[in-house]
Amino acid sequence: MQRFWDQPLTWGHGAIFIAGAIGVLAFVLLFVTYAIYFERKVIGWMQFRKGPNRTGPLGLLQSVADVAKLLLKEDTIPKKADKGLFVLAPVLAFVPSFVVLAFIPYSQNLQFADLNIGFLYYIALSGITTIAIVIGGWASNNKYALLGGMRSAAQMISYEVPLVISVVGCVMWANSLNLRDIVASQGSYFWHWNFLPQIVGFAVFVVAAISELNRTPFDLPEAESELVAGYHVEYSGFRFAFFMLSEYVYVYAIACLTTLLFLGGWNPPIPQLDFIPGIIWFFLKFAVIVFCLFWIRATFPRLRVDQLMGLAWKVLLPLAILNIFITAAYIELWGMGG
Amino acid sequence: MEKYINSYVIVTIFLILGIAFPIVILWLGKQLRPSKPNPDKETTYESGNDPVGDSQIRFNVRYYLYALMFVVFDVETVFLYPWAVAYRQLGLFALVEMVIFVGLLLVGLAYAWKKKVLQWNSI
Repeated sequence: MQRFWDQPLTWGHGAIFIAGAIGVLAFVLLFVTYAIYFERKVIGWMQFRKGPNRTGPLGLLQSVADVAKLLLKEDTIPKKADKGLFVLAPVLAFVPSFVVLAFIPYSQNLQFADLNIGFLYYIALSGITTIAIVIGGWASNNKYALLGGMRSAAQMISYEVPLVISVVGCVMWANSLNLRDIVASQGSYFWHWNFLPQIVGFAVFVVAAISELNRTPFDLPEAESELVAGYHVEYSGFRFAFFMLSEYVYVYAIACLTTLLFLGGWNPPIPQLDFIPGIIWFFLKFAVIVFCLFWIRATFPRLRVDQLMGLAWKVLLPLAILNIFITAAYIELWGMGG
Repeated sequence: MEKYINSYVIVTIFLILGIAFPIVILWLGKQLRPSKPNPDKETTYESGNDPVGDSQIRFNVRYYLYALMFVVFDVETVFLYPWAVAYRQLGLFALVEMVIFVGLLLVGLAYAWKKKVLQWNSI
């Protein structure tokens, strides 16, 4: 894509951009399909089960069958629901999750949009999904859905604050919000990557990110034991699938962002290994993060709701702010650092 | 400049595709799936009981307090990011300024903490 950036826009280039966007969509759908399969398999192994193994060889077609089922399933909208908003919510949840992917650089030479606002673009868009979840919970006119939607909103806005602030340290280090510059500012050996110098920021980012994704141990909005399924109780068929899809697309986005902000992006762990293309390193790190998310889901019990909100405001926020001033003092005392 | 325009053209393409995809899929689903509505299917789910009352009610004020806290700290980040990008050029003076600014917000957080706003004791 890079060689088209500096040329004026023509119809041919526009067509290439559209083809690229469709490629990303196809790749993300493939990722989501097999991330769900992989998640079920991994959690199955961790619990001494086999996981899906009947549909297709090794159960590989299980997610495909699930998608087909959702597509062919009757879609009921409750009589008391606010129909317009009920239909709008899943679409509104999905759109920002996909638009976020436009700016992620996968390697030195593979990036779609190069935005100087970088990380702010992610924050601005991911906030919209919160609104979609509240709309979904409200429009269902169901008590479980309303509680799930409100909890989800409270949780997502609470954890957005430490998530945003924990990245400021990396931005100060790189002097830029642009993800390419942030990757370039991380040194060539793996102990120079941001996850060690910014260890507090990294820890806060990971915890806040898991919570933003509404995944265990922070999946209070969907706590089955008390809220049945949270904000999407009343959704069925493909509208439900769009909520799930946007959740997994955010897993993809967060895994990419963690790789880029803290794990050196497409750089190899030691410069001697740079004969292996950057994109392979990128997706190796990406896969490790996705695996860790599944591992965490299989390991930790769910938090209580009061512990959840306390953690965001009383622990993560002060730590994230402390991290900013430690970084600032370090740069002030020892100059340029990285 | 070209790069700037091209980047936002790509973002626009992603936006259009992101809107078109759910519309196309939901339309396609509508052609494929059965539709046999009946009054029982269309009731609100409440664990098998007949739903009592309306659900679009006024809810706990606590959520608004969290929303206010969010606005305060989100505006803080709007100031933090430009400061962080330009930090190396700004130097010690900007650091002191930012300590004062964040310090004032932390006083607010401590006040909310002491007032038990952060104590979640309801659903």
